[in-house]
Amino acid sequence: MDSDYTLSREDWSLHRKGILDQERHRAKVEEAIRKNLADIVSQESIIMADGQKVIKVPIRSLEEYRLRFDPAKGQNAGQGQGGSQPGAVLGREASRGGGGAGDEPGSDYYEAEITVDELAEILFAELELPNLDDLNRRRIPAEGVDFRSVGKVGLTSNLDKKRTLLEAIKRAARHGGAVPGAIAREDVRFRVWEEVERAQTAALVVAMMDTSGSMGDFEKYVARSFFTWLVRFLRSRYRSVELVFLAHSTEAKEVSEEEFFTKGESGGTKCSSVYRLAMEIVAQRYGRGLGINIYPFHFSDGDNLASDNQRALEAARELLDVARLFGYGEVRSDSSPRHTLLSLFREMGDPRLKTAEIWEKADIHRALRAFLGKEGLPR
Amino acid sequence: MKKEEIPLLEEAIGRIAEVAARMGLDAPPMRFEICPPDIVYTLGAYGGMPTRFAHWSFGKAYNRMKTQYDFALSRIYELVINTDPCYAYLLDQNSLIQNKLVVAHVYAHADFFKHNLHYARTRRDMLETMSRTAAVLRDYEFIHGKERVEKLLDAGLAIQGQIDPWFREEAERPGNIEEQPSCPYADLWGEDATRSREGGDPPKKTKEIPEARDLLLALVRYARHLEDWEKDVLSLLRDEMLYFRPQITTKIANEGWATYWHQRLLRELDLTEAETVEYSLLNSRIVQPPGMSLNPYLVGLRLFEDIERRYDRTEDGPGGRTAADGEDEPLFADGREAIFALRETENDCSLLRNFLTKELVEELDLYLYAKMGDKWVVTEKEWEKVRDGLVLDLTDGGFPAVEVVDVDHEGKGTLALRHLYDGRELHLRHLEKTLDQVQSLWRRTVQLETVVDGRTKTFACDGNRSYSF
Repeated sequence: MDSDYTLSREDWSLHRKGILDQERHRAKVEEAIRKNLADIVSQESIIMADGQKVIKVPIRSLEEYRLRFDPAKGQNAGQGQGGSQPGAVLGREASRGGGGAGDEPGSDYYEAEITVDELAEILFAELELPNLDDLNRRRIPAEGVDFRSVGKVGLTSNLDKKRTLLEAIKRAARHGGAVPGAIAREDVRFRVWEEVERAQTAALVVAMMDTSGSMGDFEKYVARSFFTWLVRFLRSRYRSVELVFLAHSTEAKEVSEEEFFTKGESGGTKCSSVYRLAMEIVAQRYGRGLGINIYPFHFSDGDNLASDNQRALEAARELLDVARLFGYGEVRSDSSPRHTLLSLFREMGDPRLKTAEIWEKADIHRALRAFLGKEGLPR
Repeated sequence: MKKEEIPLLEEAIGRIAEVAARMGLDAPPMRFEICPPDIVYTLGAYGGMPTRFAHWSFGKAYNRMKTQYDFALSRIYELVINTDPCYAYLLDQNSLIQNKLVVAHVYAHADFFKHNLHYARTRRDMLETMSRTAAVLRDYEFIHGKERVEKLLDAGLAIQGQIDPWFREEAERPGNIEEQPSCPYADLWGEDATRSREGGDPPKKTKEIPEARDLLLALVRYARHLEDWEKDVLSLLRDEMLYFRPQITTKIANEGWATYWHQRLLRELDLTEAETVEYSLLNSRIVQPPGMSLNPYLVGLRLFEDIERRYDRTEDGPGGRTAADGEDEPLFADGREAIFALRETENDCSLLRNFLTKELVEELDLYLYAKMGDKWVVTEKEWEKVRDGLVLDLTDGGFPAVEVVDVDHEGKGTLALRHLYDGRELHLRHLEKTLDQVQSLWRRTVQLETVVDGRTKTFACDGNRSYSF
């Protein structure tokens, strides 16, 4: 054999094959997540997680299906580190998560890893605060910079190549030549930026939650996970959104965000109390709410004291008068009473009053879309 | 690899090539390329082929490999592809001595590619072929839309394992065996041929389908509702698998051969003390016993070493199987000759079936395991059963054997498939989803007969629903 060989080290920096197909894979993961949002959004592990936390989302549609043997049925060949005896336990189902190699027995489906923030991005792409009033915009000075004009002096990094070339062509044309020669100093153009003020619409969101004794674990869980996503959404999308947290049983009180999400109470339910408190806060702090868009959201099991229903409706009507949108979510189960606040609210037929029924976890996503879905979305 | 180390590596390659040739390894011209890790992982995801077509599943593989690399869970040291000239990619991050080991390892792989008969029909210009395939697919994407091409590839890749590497067209097949009495096994063949003439075929087969064991080819030939370009794509996928198949079925033999030789070639180099330590470290990592799945490097290495020892002449005369098997003359002159001959003829199945011994099964701690409740438990250590279980696992590259029984079942245009049950049951969710994919190609009902919990069962998919009976 003649020793015919070469050794080389080429520039591979433009070899982007893997990255491109990874993008496509990524897009498919997002698509699958979007289709399963309802299930993913209501997962317990996500609700209280911070944005950087990586969550694993099982995605069946991205598995590469093949005709293959089922390792769980029958025997497989393996190799140990010496002295394995029949009966030796090699592993358990639950502990076999690591590595994620597709050919390992036990790894049943493909799990995509995304951060909560990435998941939120996918979810929030279809949400907005509806009926925002443009008239009430506050101007926020010097929010950022925008390239808005062209100048003859500037930083090299802001060189506007296209305009520079055009200038060169024009100059050449002025002197009778069709083809531009070298680019002269006078041809060079730069993009020039200006500081811009952006208008921001201010909004106040009143988060109201029933913490009465009739709110069981599931009801509280649903309300909390809805509000968690709501708060996350508002903070990520709107710079000037103020949040007020109100908890109520027969009496309402303002609580801190942390208390709102962690504490439970007991007692009966009077929804009028919380609507009144909301009105008071609006009146005190925002002068009957004329300068701000108000969005009250209320979660309850609907089991309001019958004697309070009329008062609650009146209070809700008052609140509606100042609100852009009032979202009412009712967590229902088979044992819910037939006539609840939900049926009363529905009878009102006010388009700014949106209601959502929640029977199971997946309905949390439906509620988010019912309240905040962009127009044109299938509800 | 530091810049100043590259000439040193080049010098070492020359030395390794020289020693390899002296010891009998015969590799095609070698093209070594030093790559950053990112590229090695990309290539790994694409089966080593930088020119392969685009598909999201490669992106998924890339993503997984890269994550494992980033978290230092695993590392690819080398990639070599079966081409002429033979391309090998060396990792930039490897030290000089690590890359020396890799070069020696790769020389043996290249020798194996060139000489093992299972590779005899693989295309050595596969890089160019794959590049053309990728271009053709890009054209089809342009004409028929990305989505259709991707769906078609999804379906084709789902059954890419279901090909028959031994399929030959009528004209290519060897002539009638009876006309060649010179063949030493003519009596065996003759008996077989007589039996099949007497109608000893499985009774269920309505008519002989030459492509029965090659589902992809059968679809290309019999799927009436596939458009020509779709058939073309399936053919291209089949060609790719024909190329990859020997690498799957000779994993243990090939890695064993390469490990055997990197150890011996490195001994011939003048290594410094530090280099020897580093080499030993990497070498021991390569051949370390695994957790549960087989380490092909270790199993293959021990097999070749054991075979060599068995055929080596001892002080008492020739070694090997002369005495035990009652052979007058040893099959091979010595151990070296034996392993060189076997690297030409064997794949993993035959190597293990013929040469795995009780002692090796014990030394390598091979076993069979099964799932009991929620636990994975060692169930078998008896060496012959372990060997047979191992051989079964490796048969057909680990792909379940499925044959096409009928392409117009009951006159309804149904594609009838049968899993050739050998005691191992199929993964049902995968089966159903794969049938969906086959149905998307066949466009009429597709059914597959298999065994579930000991009972024969047929799964079917008509495009709207899946059912079984």
